[in-house]
Amino acid sequence: MNPISQLFKNKKERILNIYFTAGYPNLDDTTDIILSLQKAGVDLIEVGIPYSDPLADGTTIQDSSQTALHNGISLQLALDQIESIKDQVTVPLIVMGYYNQFLQFGMEQFVQRLVACGISGVIIPDLPMDYYESHYKELFQSNNIAVNFLITPETSPLRIQKVDQLSEGFIYMVSRSSITGAASDISDEQKQYFERISNMHLNTPRLIGFGIHDKTSFDMACQYVQGAIIGSAFIRYLKEYGVEGIGEFVDRIFDN
Amino acid sequence: MTNYKINKQGFYGKFGGAFIPEMLHANISNLQNQYLKIMEDPDFQRQFKKLLRDYVGRPTPLYFAERLSAHYNTQIYLKREDLCHTGAHKINNTIGQIILAQKLGKSRIIAETGAGQHGVATATVCALMGIECIIYMGEKDIERQAPNVSRMKMLGAEVRPAKSGSKTLKDATNEAIRDWIDNPVDTHYIIGSVVGPHPYPDMVARFQSVISEEIRYQLIDKTGKAYPDHIIACVGGGSNAAGAIYHYIEEKNCNIILCEAAGKGIDTDHSAATSILGSQGIIHGSLTILMQDQEGQITEPYSISAGLDYPGIGPLHAALIDGQRAEVHSVTDDEALKAGYQLSKLEGIIPALETAHAFAVLDKRSFDKDETVVINLSGRGDKDLKTYIAHL
Repeated sequence: MNPISQLFKNKKERILNIYFTAGYPNLDDTTDIILSLQKAGVDLIEVGIPYSDPLADGTTIQDSSQTALHNGISLQLALDQIESIKDQVTVPLIVMGYYNQFLQFGMEQFVQRLVACGISGVIIPDLPMDYYESHYKELFQSNNIAVNFLITPETSPLRIQKVDQLSEGFIYMVSRSSITGAASDISDEQKQYFERISNMHLNTPRLIGFGIHDKTSFDMACQYVQGAIIGSAFIRYLKEYGVEGIGEFVDRIFDN
Repeated sequence: MTNYKINKQGFYGKFGGAFIPEMLHANISNLQNQYLKIMEDPDFQRQFKKLLRDYVGRPTPLYFAERLSAHYNTQIYLKREDLCHTGAHKINNTIGQIILAQKLGKSRIIAETGAGQHGVATATVCALMGIECIIYMGEKDIERQAPNVSRMKMLGAEVRPAKSGSKTLKDATNEAIRDWIDNPVDTHYIIGSVVGPHPYPDMVARFQSVISEEIRYQLIDKTGKAYPDHIIACVGGGSNAAGAIYHYIEEKNCNIILCEAAGKGIDTDHSAATSILGSQGIIHGSLTILMQDQEGQITEPYSISAGLDYPGIGPLHAALIDGQRAEVHSVTDDEALKAGYQLSKLEGIIPALETAHAFAVLDKRSFDKDETVVINLSGRGDKDLKTYIAHL
């Protein structure tokens, strides 16, 4: 069984997935960040591969990607960094990046490298589901790499069912129609959307992402689904407090 | 001959498609399902044609350029898109899309712009229809296309600077796409070129195809010929080129010549010659040819002309180039400036810097004396005076 699916089987609530940008704030921070997040008790780690034109990301992640690219990060290097600590990592890892990066790398080589680095899943926001199904499903499935698709408040019920069929690890529930990454409270409209999805009784577990930035928003998300994803808020924290601050950041989210 | 018609999934052969994040899916799939239905509706066609005639000033003339023809010893005709309202072909598309946006029930318009021509054309139709308008423009372009920025503001549009990346057209497009993600319900995104996810390349090409539709009957009228021997257009994303060649794509005896911006030269780091420097990949939701490094990071292009300063090319053009249906030339800044000055002096027409790239091809290859050459004069040069004068 894929380690991500195993995680959702073993832990039914309050799953914390932290996103960070590889090569940020410093080129060599990638490995320290993974190990610190693991030590702090995070359940899943999403490693963002910086891209020049990250269409689905807000300003914070865009800026961190620019800095990381400037630092000299590349897909090749990020994977090498992950591979170097492979034996110390027990938390399932997910790689997030844009289709063109993997297309240029060569999709088959990319998947082989994921396996070699012990990575369990991918998020490729601009790879359409249908295209995945006809071109890559076989490749990912035969290598036991989970592909996690997104849904938004605008995604139709029919399409959500398709996402449910195709997603291997979890469904990434985009909390709102906004990618600005700004911190705000969860609105009634969003709550209705969360309830609507809960009532669909999908097979695949869900994580809520976008706008989750502190304990309050994390707790709120966890009322509806098995856990949540924090990205921009973590990047901002890293920028201010560096790798040493990771334990405290995670403690504050989990603190009961 | 390869078929260059688009298929149901939005591909011209292997190029095109809609590689978009889920956040855009509802809007894009709605457009995919609706655009042909709306465009083919007689009521839409009536409204579109009426505005093109009475507001844009169509048909634009097909003008026999006598002195230019004598200079190059061939028969050169100019399709005068520079005489369209707002000074370029861009308005053909914005008129079409604004009516379409109304039929879709949208109340807010966003657009990207490079040279500012598409921004002005969008701001214009939004003023015409009384719809809110936000234009994204690279910070660098805002600086070098100041007259168009003032025009957009005067027309009531808000101009938002794109400050990421190279601060040019590519980044303005990214920002516009992000705005659309943030405002999925009330907003329509008027893309200005034959780029982006399906159905944009096809939709914009169809709106611009009025250009070749007119050339066809005007040329028959003037010369008796059903098609020109050569049709020439500049290409950034490629909307004026798509419009000028649209009805001739299947006519294999009509040679298609596309002119890309070589910037300071294709062997320098300052170029936008996509077909030579680029390779296959994804840009702005389309599988096409783009300038990128080995890791798939999109390269920052350069051209003196803001409208051609784009690292990609529309998927239709990628297919035409890949299938060797089109002949491509790369034109440097200096060659374009020289061609712009020459056209001004020989014909009394100051072309846009983008358009000047198309005229530079006259020095790059020869044409027979009896051959009919149509050049799409896509825009006028008022906006570029500062640049022209600086290189006087």
